[in-house]
Amino acid sequence: MENIITINQLTKSFKKTSVIENLSHNFKAGERIALVGQNGAGKTTLIRSILGLYDYDGSIDVMGMNPRTERENILHHIGFVPQIPPPIKMTVGEMLEFFGTLTNTDEQEFITISEKLGLDVQANLDKPFMKLSGGMKQKLLVSFALGRKPKILLMDEPAANLDPKARLILFDYLHKFDKDALMIISSHRIDEVEGLVNRLIEMDMGKIIIDKEV
Amino acid sequence: MKSFSSLKQIIHSDIRQNLRSRWFWAYSILFGGFVAVMFTSGITESQIIGFVGLSRLMVTFMQISMAILPIYVLISTVRSVVGDRENSVMEYILSFPISFTSYYWGKLLGRFIIIYTPVFIALLGSTIWALITGIDVPWDLFALYSALLASLVFFFLGLSMFISARATSQDIAVSTAFIIWLFLVAFIDLILIGIMLRMRGNPSLIIGLGMLNPLQVFRTGSLILFDPQLTVMGTASYYVLDTVTRGAFIAYSILYPIGLGFLFAWLGNRYFNRNDVV
Repeated sequence: MENIITINQLTKSFKKTSVIENLSHNFKAGERIALVGQNGAGKTTLIRSILGLYDYDGSIDVMGMNPRTERENILHHIGFVPQIPPPIKMTVGEMLEFFGTLTNTDEQEFITISEKLGLDVQANLDKPFMKLSGGMKQKLLVSFALGRKPKILLMDEPAANLDPKARLILFDYLHKFDKDALMIISSHRIDEVEGLVNRLIEMDMGKIIIDKEV
Repeated sequence: MKSFSSLKQIIHSDIRQNLRSRWFWAYSILFGGFVAVMFTSGITESQIIGFVGLSRLMVTFMQISMAILPIYVLISTVRSVVGDRENSVMEYILSFPISFTSYYWGKLLGRFIIIYTPVFIALLGSTIWALITGIDVPWDLFALYSALLASLVFFFLGLSMFISARATSQDIAVSTAFIIWLFLVAFIDLILIGIMLRMRGNPSLIIGLGMLNPLQVFRTGSLILFDPQLTVMGTASYYVLDTVTRGAFIAYSILYPIGLGFLFAWLGNRYFNRNDVV
């Protein structure tokens, strides 16, 4: 399989503290990766660097493009689920329209996934996103990531706020997810995601310490 | 084209969110209310240094705007970028195909529309009411004041966005905005320049410094049409009008704050593009 993300000598520091140091790695299409590690291991920093949110040393190549300078082109192919849903003030209806237009996705794709996860979208259309419960927010964010049918799916503890039933449905979705796409799930616990992945990467102190097929 | 589409989306989203905020409605009612109160209290029939009718109302409206708009723009806008950064909204929104520039300018333009529209509508409303009630409408003053208000709002928006992009926390952003506002207000009054003149400073330099302050420029610009000799400014007016023509000063009073606001906004965007955004 072809490399979809190529990271070369990535170093990211905050003031004088180095969080990722000289990290080089290739992520291939079709890989389903569990990215595990303690707090502060560098998982979120790595994901944010791939998303182009950080300025860094070294290079990251995503589908042949630079995430800092070619953001819009790259991000059309990336679905992202954060660990903690942000307090977005838009209503659910506005978010469907906003993200649908930005990603050229039919809003119905998002609604279908949300409803399969157990969120009654129609009943919540006029509610501000920030007023929903944690689980409802997460379901909607998952639907925004999956509904776009991305080539790269980045998820930071995606099941953290989900009830057991929604978690099962999410995992079922992820099982059936595009086999040619790259999926990276960041988690503190391997046991939670091990059924979903074919590769395990463990980070510690900004370095990859374990990289093996599972 | 993609950038334009995402810019449009950010503007649209910002306007929608602001339309839901209580602050926006309180602010809009405040300006509309001022005009209504001024009409009902008979201000159009009172006279000050020869000004009567709608001119009198407009001058008072500009004085009120000068007191309220800068601090309102600063406080309401200065949290926008740094606030989104602090609460992780930015991390999520910018994981979608939106350029940093579209996000930043979209926020600024959305705010401009939401802040300028109520003020303009209040001013327009006063002229419509004047037409209905048979009061003469000074259209030149209306055009100048509309432009001056847009210019003032744009300057403070550019400054706020710059502070917001650079600040590391909302508290720092708000404190910085407040200090800058105090600084500009402290240097607004030509009494200060008068004192400096008595201290035998270089008058051209002192007036020049005064004219660097966008609030002072706004104030002087709002006086120049109905007081062509700028008599209310005292001796300082001679220096201003000896240096530039009235037409040139009007152009300056509109374009300078816009230019300065744009410069601040551009610097903020440059910083935003080149550094960590979360």
